[in-house]
Amino acid sequence: MQAKVMQSRLLELIRRTSSRLPDDVVRVIERGRRREQPGSTAEYALQVILDNIAMARDKSLPLCQDTGTIICYADLPAWLDESAFATSFSRAVAQATKLGYLRQNSVDSLTGKNSGTNLGPGSPSYHLHQTRGRSLLVRLILKGGGCENVGAQYSLPDTKLGAGRDLAGVRRCILDAVHQAQGKGCGPGILGVCIGGDRGSGYVASKEALLRTLDDQNPEPSLAKLEKQIVQEANTLGIGPMGFGGATTLLGCKIAHRNRLPASFFVSISYMCWAYRRDGFALSESGKITRWLYA
Amino acid sequence: MLLEAPFTEAKIRALAVGEMVEISGLVFTGRDAVHKYLHDGGKPPVDLTDSIIYHCGPVVVQEKGRWVVKAAGPTTSIREEPFQGPLMERYKIRGVIGKGGMGPKTLEYCQKVGGVYLHAIGGAAQVLAERVVAVEGVHLMEEFGSPEAIWEFRVERFPVVVTMDSHGRSLHRDVLAASQEALARLL
Ligand code: SF4
Repeated sequence: MQAKVMQSRLLELIRRTSSRLPDDVVRVIERGRRREQPGSTAEYALQVILDNIAMARDKSLPLCQDTGTIICYADLPAWLDESAFATSFSRAVAQATKLGYLRQNSVDSLTGKNSGTNLGPGSPSYHLHQTRGRSLLVRLILKGGGCENVGAQYSLPDTKLGAGRDLAGVRRCILDAVHQAQGKGCGPGILGVCIGGDRGSGYVASKEALLRTLDDQNPEPSLAKLEKQIVQEANTLGIGPMGFGGATTLLGCKIAHRNRLPASFFVSISYMCWAYRRDGFALSESGKITRWLYA
Repeated sequence: MLLEAPFTEAKIRALAVGEMVEISGLVFTGRDAVHKYLHDGGKPPVDLTDSIIYHCGPVVVQEKGRWVVKAAGPTTSIREEPFQGPLMERYKIRGVIGKGGMGPKTLEYCQKVGGVYLHAIGGAAQVLAERVVAVEGVHLMEEFGSPEAIWEFRVERFPVVVTMDSHGRSLHRDVLAASQEALARLL
């Protein structure tokens, strides 16, 4: 495949991700709206959100003006090396920025200067792996700043929360994080959680958990149970959409786990706003999109 | 319920927390740079009497010689907490649109001045941009750049929820307290 073809496919992936939410997310937001009291501010907020989702999709414009951190996950087959992929993707990002699919959103942390292209140290954020498969798999998450700011990491035991080093302790941390966030992360939100790892790998895994769909099932039964419990309990807190109060505080919770050192026990929580932009595709060596991963 | 310009003190004092309001009239955008500028004694380039300030860094482009708003969602308001109240008092700003709510200082000034905080739906960039029917001017563009400039937006039925009113009520404070209790019961 020519680099030009690859770049145009990746540009299409960015456009789609920025302008449309995956169906699994839309369905859960719709379910939330039906559950809210007719005439309530919560129902109103969710209706505006649903209208916005439909409008962005129709007009092919960014769902939210904060097009967020660009987190790119790719499984690279033998026919493609890392640097060739990253070059094509970075070019697609710069082009997407020029076309307005992405906002100029990447600022030099020392000088405060905006690069204007979304390119710079750490931007986009790449997570590349080799695969034995024949196809290139690319998954993309656009994660806004407002919700990233309400993420949290706990080190257990936490005496203030009464949280010990077990799943009961993990549950306390997660519910505390939902409460701390209130409506500030543009709730209703979705949590990606990692139990264990170090401070860095824990947060990385918490974001990877957001690659799962809302209707899937955690293969680990104890975590599957905890995920359901968290969503159900968080929705009794009464925080509601935008923090207006209501029954829809959390749309989903996805929990991963990593081994840890005997000395540490971290719970890392990434909060994703309702504008949960995630998409992905499989691309053949000839440059054909063979499958959309979240359609 | 409709809130139409002019945004007089009487109209603003009639609003109460929890009301869903649609705004029609002129609103001015302003975020960090504008608030700091006004707070430091900068002269307002527009008449702020009985005005509404919108915490928003819009995406506005020029098409065929006119400004078109591409995205216009709210930004986080709490960053302006130190400035907002005193500015409301000095210029008789009656309304503040944003997201995430503001703190006790702003709430106090809402009571004193006759002001409200109006919460827009965070992230709803397209719905909100559609309700901006015209751009009537832009100020401090050279100084602060497009997202930080003061844009004069003519809005029609711009949807917000009153979350802080002039009677001392804050929905943010109430929801925080109620959810704190609910959390304590769960834990
Ligand atoms: S938190 Fe999400 S919905 Fe809210 S402004 Fe940021 S990206 Fe948009």
